[in-house]
This record gives sequence, C-alpha cells and structure tokens, in this order.
Amino acid sequence: MTTAIQINAVQKSFGNVAIIRDLNLSVAQGERHAIIGPNGAGKSTTFNLISGHIKPTSVDIKLNGDVISGLRPFEINRRGLSRSFQVTNVFAKMTVWENVRCAVLWATGHRYAFWKNVDHLPEVKRRTAQILDDIHLSHRRDVPAGLLTYAEQRELEIGITVAGGANVIMLDEPTAGMSNAETERAVALIRRLTEGRTLVIVEHDMSVVFGLADRISVLVYGNIIASGTPQEIRANPKVREAYLGEEAH
Amino acid sequence: MIDAATSTPDMLKQRSGGALRFYAIWLIAAVALVVLPLIFSSGGSLTTFSLIGIAIIFALSYNILLGQTGLLSFGHAVQYGLGGFLAVHMMNAIASHDWPIPLPFIPLFGGIGGLAFAIVVGWVMTKRAGTVFAMISLGIGELVASSSLILRSVFGGESGITTDRTALPHIFGWSFGPQIQVYYLIAFWVVISAIAMYALTRTPLGRICNAVRDNPERVEFIGYDPHVVRYLAYGFAGFFAGIAGGLTAINFEIANSAYLGATQSGLVLFAAFIGGTAYFFGPILGAILVTYLQLGLTNVTSVWQLYFGIIFIAIVMFAPGGIAGILMMHRPLIRAGTLRTVIPSYLVAVIPTLAMALGLILTIETVAHVSADDSNTVDLFGISFDPTRAVTWVAAAVLLGGGYLIARLTWRRIAEAWDRAATVARDRGYLA
Repeated sequence: MTTAIQINAVQKSFGNVAIIRDLNLSVAQGERHAIIGPNGAGKSTTFNLISGHIKPTSVDIKLNGDVISGLRPFEINRRGLSRSFQVTNVFAKMTVWENVRCAVLWATGHRYAFWKNVDHLPEVKRRTAQILDDIHLSHRRDVPAGLLTYAEQRELEIGITVAGGANVIMLDEPTAGMSNAETERAVALIRRLTEGRTLVIVEHDMSVVFGLADRISVLVYGNIIASGTPQEIRANPKVREAYLGEEAH
Repeated sequence: MIDAATSTPDMLKQRSGGALRFYAIWLIAAVALVVLPLIFSSGGSLTTFSLIGIAIIFALSYNILLGQTGLLSFGHAVQYGLGGFLAVHMMNAIASHDWPIPLPFIPLFGGIGGLAFAIVVGWVMTKRAGTVFAMISLGIGELVASSSLILRSVFGGESGITTDRTALPHIFGWSFGPQIQVYYLIAFWVVISAIAMYALTRTPLGRICNAVRDNPERVEFIGYDPHVVRYLAYGFAGFFAGIAGGLTAINFEIANSAYLGATQSGLVLFAAFIGGTAYFFGPILGAILVTYLQLGLTNVTSVWQLYFGIIFIAIVMFAPGGIAGILMMHRPLIRAGTLRTVIPSYLVAVIPTLAMALGLILTIETVAHVSADDSNTVDLFGISFDPTRAVTWVAAAVLLGGGYLIARLTWRRIAEAWDRAATVARDRGYLA
C-alpha cells in the first residue's frame, strides 16, 4: 500500500535562512499522525509546504504516491488533501450554512456552475446538513461565521476542512486557545470525523497528542529528530532532551 | 416532543411565506415599471425613467464585481461603452443590409461586446484582486478611452457614431421612435437583467464569488481557483454592463468616447456604493438616487459635482453600508417591535440637521457665486440671498455652525435610543 504522505529530503529557505533543512516524513494510510516540536521548529511551514501554500526550495512531496510538490493549493485539494488553519480562516460575512456548503460544492461536482440553483441541490444540502450536525452547529446555521464564538469558529474550521470528503486531513493546532472542556469536545469531534481517513495534526497540548495519535514525529529546527509510536517517543532520549523534558513532566 | 412536532410546520409556513413575499416584491417592481409612465407621462420624466433604468442595470452589473466578488474596478465603463459602440455598429449594419433583426434584440449585442472585451483582457486583469486589480482596471479604462479618440473608423472620434433606431425592422408595429416605446424596451431589459443577475447570486458560482470576496486564500483550500472565479465574475459583469451600454446607444442614438471614460466609471462606483453593495437591491437604490440627482442638480447649480462629493464622503464615513445598509439595520428593530422607541429621536434630529445642511448649501452657493463673479442672487427654497452682502455670509455661518452644534446633541440621542432598542431586539433573539 502506498503511503498517504511521503516527504523526502525537502528543504525550504526564506532568503538565506533555512527553515526546513532536511525533512523526511512518511504517513501511512489511515494513520493519525501528530507533528510536535518547540515553537519555531517549522511545524506550520511543514503544513504549508505539503498543502501547497508555499513552494518548497527542493521538491519531493508525494500524496498517495503522486508527486504534488509545485502544485497549487486547489490542485492538491482536488487530489484529496484538505487542511485547516492555525488562525481561524472562515468566510466571515457568510452564514455557517453557506461556509460549509461552499466547501461541499467542488467535491459534489458543481464546480463553477452558474446554471443551477444552489438551494436546489439535494446532495449538497444533505452533506452540508450532515457536517453541521457533526460539528454541533445546526442551531447556528443562519448566523454569519464572523459572529460565532471562538470555539464555534474553530469547530466550523474543522467542518470546512472535512466537508469536501478529502481522504487526508491536516489540522493545524485545532484546539489552540480552547478551554479543557472545549478541547475534550474537539478531540472527540476530530476522532469521529477522521474515522477511516488519514489525519496529520500539529498540536501543542500533549494530552491531545498522546490521546489521539497512532504515530508522532518530533520536529526540531527543521529536522525530524524522531518518528514513532507514542511509547517510543516518550522513551526516546533525544526527544526528552530536546523537547519533552522541558515542557511535559 | 410537542415543540419538535409544532416547530417544523411553523418553519415551513415561514419559508413559504418568505417565498411568497419574495415573488411579490419582484411582481410589484415589474408592475411599477409598467405603470410609472402612465402616472408621470411628461417627456422629461420619461427620459429620466429611461436613464434610471439603464443606470440600474449598469450599477447591478458593477456590484457583481464590487459587492459579490470584492473587486474594486475603476474602469467598468469600458465594457459599458464598448457594448454601446457594438450596438450602434450593429444597428447601422442591420439597417443597411436589411437584416431581419428588430431593435429589442440590440442590447444583446451590447452584452456580447462587453463580454468579448472581458474575455480578452479579463484573464490578465483578474490574476490578482485588491489594489493590483483596481490599478489595472484604471489603466485599461484610460487606455481604451484614449484609443477611442484615435481609432476614428471604429469610434468616430470626438463626435462619436450616430444611428437611427427607427430604421430597424419594426416589431408588433412599434417603430421605437417615441420615447415611451424606448422606455418600455428599457424596462423590459431591466426586468430580464435584474432577474438574471439575482439568479446568478443563487448559483454555486455566485456563492463561491462571495467566498472569494470574504477570503480568497481559504477558497484555494476547498478546491477552487480564485483566479477563475474572478475571471467568470468579470465576464458576467462585462456582459450586463454591455447590455446597459447597448440600451444607452438606443436611447441617445449615438455612441461616443464619453461612454468609456473615467467619469462614467466613477458614476457607477458612486451609485453602487451609495446604494449599498452588501445587498442585491442596494445598487438599484443608488442608481435611482444618483441619476435623479445628476439630472436634477445640473439644472439647479453649477457646482453639482461638489454635492456628489459631499454625499459620497458622508456615506463612506457615516454609513459605509450605504442606503441599503441603513434600511436593513432597522430590520431587527422592526421584527422585535422596538422601532417606535427610536423614531422620536429621529424626528428631533431632523430640524437641526436640515438647518446644518441648509447652511452648508448656502455657504457653497455663496462662495461659488462670488468666485465666479456671478452677481445673481442665490435662490434657496423661495428665499433670495445676495452673495455680496454680509448678512448672507452671517446667515450661512450661523446655520452651519449652530445647526452642527445642536445636531450633534440630537445625533447622540439617536445613538443612545438606538443602542437601547438594539439591545432589546438582541435579547428577543433578533440578530442584525
């Protein structure tokens, strides 16, 4: 079976500064993979490289066996990879319903259609309602996304990310800034929505990481210093020194 | 359980009630277009209505860009003007070759002209949104407007190209000589275009345009290329602008370089913005007001552009949502039944605000008269003011200054009453 995401020796420099030095990462199909690392390690840059948001300096990223490095974000999305953002990134003036529906339209094949009434597409309606139900925002469907609470916006962000039915989901710090209760809810939501799909997640909350992930990669200064199961990572002396030793006693 | 059982039919009733109201509004608008010239039948008002109708199509087409897709264009008149020129050339060709195409189809050729130009230049223009798009649109606008004076065979130079709308094959026995027949032709196209442009907002493309407006970056991560979305929106806007241009060509039986110029581009921006770009009907209100003011003010004062500027600045600063925004602000209050608590403070504010406006007008007119060495009196609402006498200047200053000071107090009262009413409305569950 081909790996969901395969990154070989990818580099990214901004000017003379190398943010990603020699990145090797492999995520298996159906696996929940967490990327952890101290601030400034290049976690978000890694996300941006994979999703096409920024172009790598040297190129070798594969999605389900196909090379995707150098493609535009929407081309990568159409090949089955969808990502969320660390800073909430929704369509602020549109309602919750419209936000999710926009994310469903391409996947249901309606594309740039200007000859169909968007309110009369049963499959779109059904999937949108399903997603809203999943993210517990059905009662807020007619509220502009910009007026939601922070936690609701984060849930909507996840909803938009999974709505297109991509088989590789990447979530960038989905629980950042949430209370304990909200985090618990969000983790249950992520677990349910990514059932049977591949998940790559960047997260600072170690309880979330160790509770959710099948495998963990530790990123320090643009290098993956270790990759393995939660037990292996916990036991790895290099990781303890570089990262866990300071933050998670 | 009981709640769940009763709420569904209630919701359905509300939905179908909304649909009924929706069709009623369109029907009322269509009937109004038919009846208007029967009530106001003078030649002057027919001309005004015709121009307003064209302005409505033009402003709505502009809002496909500004309000729906978030593209600020400074050169929308290019598509409008080219539509007008193609319409005139078609009319002349039809007349000279005796082709069996009657006049009501001509605006379609205008639309094709606007669309064709949008297809050619649009791909490069819409690569980026924001300032880049605005600047390129300005450049293209100037480019086409200045070439229109050079390419005489196509654009007819300074004098433009004339045509005769009655020379085309007649349909239903209508020659389209009388203005009333031209008015109904325009009204027909207003209804068709408005319905089409409204329908466009209800399609997958229309909704993705809104998404591109709100957050083009995110759109890329749900499978869409924002460049393609902007390009398509630009094409549709060009098509409907071309229809408006074609109707103008029919109305005036001429197309000249003024159609393509920056003034025309500015006016449509102005109409859309004053009306309010966030709602579909906003630009309609703006087109009506701006056209009416333009025709009315030019007869009354020599400095009418100055008033346009003042209105524009006032809207941008105090009501960025335009007229439609102001109207729709009141919707939650009406639903919650708290509007009547605000109205008294409105009424109190009317008098000092009017006094201030009067002072401003008197000041502007007096200065304009003196600087133009115009010894005529300034006539305002039946009162004559002599611009050379000090008492006029004092009156203007007192009205302007005193009006402002008192009006400021009454505006504060409006804000307070408004806050109270809005809080009550929000507590009752009616969101803005």
